[in-house]
Amino acid sequence: MTEGPPERVRVTGPARRAAPRRPRTSEIDEQTLLGSVLLGSLLRSQLRLAFVTLLPLAAFAAGVPLAFHLAPGLADVRVLGLPLAWLVLGGLVYPFLVGLGVFYVRRAERNEGDFAELVEIAERPGGGLEP
Amino acid sequence: MNGSAPSVVAVVLVTVATLAIGTWGLRFSRTTSDFFVASRTVRPALNASAIGGEYLSAASFLGVAGLVLVFGADMLWYPVGWTAGYLVLLVLVAAPLRRSGAYTLPDFAEARLASPRVRAASSLLVVAIGWLYLLPQFQGAGLVMEAAIGAPQWLGAVVVAVVVLVNVISGGMRSITFVQAFQYWLKLTALLIPAIVLLGVWVGDGAPNPADAAGGGDEGSLWSLPLGSGGAEGLYLTYSLIVATFLGTMGLPHVVVRFYTNPDGRAARRTTMVVLGLLGIFYLLPPVYGALGRVYGGDARPDVLVLELPQLMVPGTGGDLLAALVTAGAFAAFLSTSSGLSIAVAGVVSQDVFGRARLPGITAFRLGAVVAVAVPGLLALAAPNVGVARAVGLAFAVAASTFCPLLVLGIWWRGLTDVGALAGMAVGFLGSGTGVVYALGNEQTLGWGAALLGQPAAWSVPLAFATMVVVSRATRGRVPPHVLRFMVRLHTPEAVALDRG
Repeated sequence: MTEGPPERVRVTGPARRAAPRRPRTSEIDEQTLLGSVLLGSLLRSQLRLAFVTLLPLAAFAAGVPLAFHLAPGLADVRVLGLPLAWLVLGGLVYPFLVGLGVFYVRRAERNEGDFAELVEIAERPGGGLEP
Repeated sequence: MNGSAPSVVAVVLVTVATLAIGTWGLRFSRTTSDFFVASRTVRPALNASAIGGEYLSAASFLGVAGLVLVFGADMLWYPVGWTAGYLVLLVLVAAPLRRSGAYTLPDFAEARLASPRVRAASSLLVVAIGWLYLLPQFQGAGLVMEAAIGAPQWLGAVVVAVVVLVNVISGGMRSITFVQAFQYWLKLTALLIPAIVLLGVWVGDGAPNPADAAGGGDEGSLWSLPLGSGGAEGLYLTYSLIVATFLGTMGLPHVVVRFYTNPDGRAARRTTMVVLGLLGIFYLLPPVYGALGRVYGGDARPDVLVLELPQLMVPGTGGDLLAALVTAGAFAAFLSTSSGLSIAVAGVVSQDVFGRARLPGITAFRLGAVVAVAVPGLLALAAPNVGVARAVGLAFAVAASTFCPLLVLGIWWRGLTDVGALAGMAVGFLGSGTGVVYALGNEQTLGWGAALLGQPAAWSVPLAFATMVVVSRATRGRVPPHVLRFMVRLHTPEAVALDRG
């Protein structure tokens, strides 16, 4: 660079949104009854999914210490030479966590896809009653 | 083992590579948005590596192995919790947080609750948690420099602080993203290759079982018990640790700020999923060092076991080279976590302190970075050594008691009010903060009083949640009028076109 750094230009582009705003989702924006019902259904399905995903995690986190507390003999159990606690907390837990994560992401995206379809149907002229 | 030449070269190489990648990233940093959130265009694979690089601090790289060596299986909950924290974050926070469109945690708080006071409280908390987390990073860097190359302790802290400052000031978030991604893979390599060699040595020695070894720390079956010292207190401490780590991750400022760099909510989720995998792979390794340390590390210091074990197990040049590799990884751990935290704190300081002074965005950000690094840097030189994993654990407890309820209730419950949020955060902060002050001043960890104060999360988190809900209920009239619109924005997938104003 012999001619000095190029002049800096501040770029303030438009929002990165592929599709232009369409009026058909105004129901949700304007907090109409229909919009509120639609959002409520999405929130409920996502919350249910969150519960289903976190329940095994909570059971694991609550159960493992409790099991070792109630049955201290577990600390002496060996599996293939490894103490049980080491096998579970040092290794097996990670595939378990990743598995829950993958399960959640798939389901959450499906829920959102369903919601997008629902909005599409609800906002058609005629309220989605046409065939 | 002081002053080993390969270790000196390793530290210099990591420093140079960090600065070089940061400078290279500078070519892409143009706007204020680049500095704060890399203009929100970072793809999941790169962003996940960056999150992993930023998240795996000295506590993960050095602390876990030492704790496992001394205390055994109960310390395995630290890496488990640090990973599970991302699952909780993925499920409850990731996509809505990205869709909220805010830059920082205080931005989110203000947008959700329409209250400058909640914003101010959140800003203070970000700075407090950030500094609490930065302090042990700087101190740990001094420890590593001393153990690896025989440098005085202050030198490590100063080197890390200066490198971080240069990188953050020059390129902001955009250049740091490349640095962090590089450092995840560096840290993984730096633990993986020596681990494979050391396991080979161990098998060659007839694979003595670490659980039967007489090495320092807890004896026999206590070492295999994932419950602290056992008994009801041990159970409480374990649960408290689990609560703090599982719920604290989402409230760490340097973690949260990363989510705004995703292009959209869907990408935020996929990024988090990849992070889970990356962390899972990494955290298989530190316990290996802890276990081998029990067999071979008779006279190693637990704090720097990872650095000393290669030379204890492999004599000669081989050991020196492996030690240099782990030293490089440890240094990368300090640099990356400190950079991420500094960015997060600098973002808040510049917006809420210097932004008011009407400085231009980038100048304010750079000034903020100086403050963000200088204060904990000076504290690290002045304060006594607090132990990396311990201080980091307290930062998690504070985050879990304050930002976790704010985020979870703010995202999923329409009824949250500004007064409720303030009251809940205050209660959570006082509860966990008392624990911090107590733990920093006291070494003793016996008895119920010490357990309840030293690991406050198990009571301070539920208390903060309850306070937020009860006070919000009592001030029902203060629910912001735009709440439904905001919730729509948080939860509606990008495929549905909305006014996201």
